[in-house]
Amino acid sequence: MSKGCDLVVNGRSVHVDADEATPLLAVLRDELNLRGTRFGCGTEQCGTCMVLIDGVPDFACTRTVESAAGKSVTTIEGLACNGALHPLQQAFLDEQAGQCGYCLSGILISAAALLERNKRPSRAEIVEALDKHLCRCGMHNRVIRAVQRASAAMAGAAA
Amino acid sequence: MISNSLPQSLIDNPLLSQWIAFDEPGRVRVGSGRVEIGQGIVTALAQIAAEELDVTFGQVNLVSGQTDFSPNEGFTSGSYSIAIGGASIRLVCAEVRSLFLERAAEKLGCKANELSIEDGRFFRAGKDTGMDYWAIAGDVALDRRASGTAPTKLPSSYRVVGKNIPRVDLPAKVAGAAFIHDIVAENVLHARVLRQPWRGARLVALDESAVRKAAKAPIEILREGNFVAFMADAEINVMRAAEAARSVARWEGGEPLPDNAGTPDWLKAQVARDRTVETGLKGRTEGKVFSARYSRPFLTYGSIGTACALAQFQDGALKVWSHTQGPAVVREWLARALSLKASQVSVFHRQGAGAYGHNTADDAAFDASFIALRHPGRTVRVQWSREDEFSGAPLSTAMAIELRAVLDHDNKPADWTIEIWSPPHAQRPGYNGNSNFAGAEALPNAPPLNEVGDVPDERGGGATRNAYAIYDLPRHRLIHHMLPKVPLRTSSLRGLGAWANVFAIESFMDELAERAGEDPVTYRLSLLSDPRPRRVVETVAQMSGWFESKTLGEGRAHGFGFARYKNIAAFAAVVVEIEVDEEICLKRVWCAADAGLVITPDGARNQIEGGIIMGASFAMKEQIRFKDGRIAAAGWDDYPILRFSEVPEIDIRLIDAPNEAALGLGETSVGPTCAAIGNAVARALGKRIRDMPLTRERIMTTLLAE
Ligand code: FES
Ligand code: FES
Repeated sequence: MSKGCDLVVNGRSVHVDADEATPLLAVLRDELNLRGTRFGCGTEQCGTCMVLIDGVPDFACTRTVESAAGKSVTTIEGLACNGALHPLQQAFLDEQAGQCGYCLSGILISAAALLERNKRPSRAEIVEALDKHLCRCGMHNRVIRAVQRASAAMAGAAA
Repeated sequence: MISNSLPQSLIDNPLLSQWIAFDEPGRVRVGSGRVEIGQGIVTALAQIAAEELDVTFGQVNLVSGQTDFSPNEGFTSGSYSIAIGGASIRLVCAEVRSLFLERAAEKLGCKANELSIEDGRFFRAGKDTGMDYWAIAGDVALDRRASGTAPTKLPSSYRVVGKNIPRVDLPAKVAGAAFIHDIVAENVLHARVLRQPWRGARLVALDESAVRKAAKAPIEILREGNFVAFMADAEINVMRAAEAARSVARWEGGEPLPDNAGTPDWLKAQVARDRTVETGLKGRTEGKVFSARYSRPFLTYGSIGTACALAQFQDGALKVWSHTQGPAVVREWLARALSLKASQVSVFHRQGAGAYGHNTADDAAFDASFIALRHPGRTVRVQWSREDEFSGAPLSTAMAIELRAVLDHDNKPADWTIEIWSPPHAQRPGYNGNSNFAGAEALPNAPPLNEVGDVPDERGGGATRNAYAIYDLPRHRLIHHMLPKVPLRTSSLRGLGAWANVFAIESFMDELAERAGEDPVTYRLSLLSDPRPRRVVETVAQMSGWFESKTLGEGRAHGFGFARYKNIAAFAAVVVEIEVDEEICLKRVWCAADAGLVITPDGARNQIEGGIIMGASFAMKEQIRFKDGRIAAAGWDDYPILRFSEVPEIDIRLIDAPNEAALGLGETSVGPTCAAIGNAVARALGKRIRDMPLTRERIMTTLLAE
């Protein structure tokens, strides 16, 4: 039997028991009870399962837990800092960028990674960073505006 | 005018106490059978309640879709939620406010009209009387029938309605767990169900040992007839089992679909129930005749999340958690399908991913309930795979539509015929006296399927929704070939038949305008005498600079589309700007809409914008194909929808009409968008594509057919 894996999730070291072929998504949701990362397709076609692995957005539905061993994983629950919403989360609320909201946690993760490496992305750069995410409710333009708003807010806070 | 006659929901749930209670200090509980499906309804209904009761928005606890506490309002669909559900809450709350005022006046020894209410507290001549709703709630009997006669607020005095109140459900959704999928339950048994690949398919072989091996942990297999479920303590093991079972199961019999299912030729070859509706004066039937045929394929609703349900059976009571659009109806049909009494079943609505029609939520509720009955005490959790979402969901049906006009001397239609071939657009639970749960059909001794009918015209129609053109037509003929025997669960998707009919009618209008040598918008205005729709058309023309920018250059064009959803709901006119080479690039969209009184302007824009993007996706990309008897789509790669990189910039203007009744607007922009894209493509290519979707393939064939 496998002895499980060690990884860092949202800044906390954890040991998980699941067999190493288990998708990271199942481990996050069922074993670690972090249910904001969502299942949408299981085949890297929708983006609802997006997490950061060592800061890079990746699909938790196809990554095995073994492949994340020793790495640092950030989920939507890890975006807020000391109880305060991440500027992106606040901007999504300010823009009311969501209908059903199912796509949002994955999108927020990709957007956070984008703003990490590019403080003032253009519309085209935002679109490129989010193009692997599907949103059936048609919130795309609001999401783009929310990312722009967060980027402006973060620039303002840093200045 | 905002009318005060009793809406259907209030006729069905006549007691005030079915809607409202003051059982928690400082909070008023308002029930609704309407459920949140991403459209912001819970927020909008709470706004209406707060307005009429003179309480704050935060004092309203809107309880939606819990069959034990909420009124039965059927399904949340057809843009009825605000128009009918909201109207009921408005009347109920106005009446409750009046009753409380009378009671308070009696106690204070004054007249009711000397009192006013603020934040739920009663004031006399501007002074707090120390009395509030909760203090006298015990003295006001609400077990009485709503009369619908209490005066409601004047729109000009609204404080809460018409304001942009942030959605109450959004904070949880940007932070973490928020959906039915995320419920943490005790003693969970995870289950997945193997779906029949087509209607009536018989399972002839299933290599169970291969399935158990693939599961990588002990699983239980439940087989009854063609219903097969896999169960285990961890979801991952049943996911693996179900995936393996899909590939090893062998099916025979039933009614597999041919590859050409959904094409106009195939539709016209199906058994039909025909009817003709003629209106208007018998006029000219001879003259120049112009006709054209349009079509749309089968589509799926394509929710981003998959279906999920939980069920628990204990001491004879079945509890079900579901993202169904009709908790009370599903409760009744679950009871029937499982031979229980309705009183044994409770359905609790929990949010799922956006539902744009009859999705698999009800099917999952059945799956979980059926398994729960065989595992008393456990909480059975079922979640569908993406493949099953594509292959096992109800479909939005293909349609063929022919339009024919006899033109008079000035090229205006004197005689107009629309002829439609379509299976029905409604097979939700109960619609044809069947439960219509996918799982129930797979059981031994499943009740025979009754012949299906379409939504009647009085309820907005299914295939005939928006079949009646909004223009001044002296004589109109509708020929409806309803196709009841198509072996698919064809059911409702946003707008039902409306957007295909609007695509056909509005394409045809452009074709007629072209024959007449007139500008398409000018031509339409010459057939629109009613000032209300004219204003919508003129507004979008002005927003988009329609008349100023006739030619945009090689491969680029504007296109126009207009409709009033269901002919009774909101009006929307759309102009698109596109560029075509091998593919269509949608550059910009302008939309003007008149939805009467708007409860939440920002929510209204959100809905209209979502409808535009979905309409563009329908018109340009979406199509279900068939292969080997079954639906040939396993993932999004096989069924592309509009993505971030394809979404245009969108301008929306809501026409201010606060003294008009609130009109349903969730579906209104879809059809005009499809039509505007079709018309723009025709103008850009100089050739028209009449079959949706307007894909690269079709553009190439059309261009090569020169
Ligand atoms: S669930 Fe991972 S991309 Fe869809
Ligand atoms: S908000 Fe519903 S899928 Fe994006």
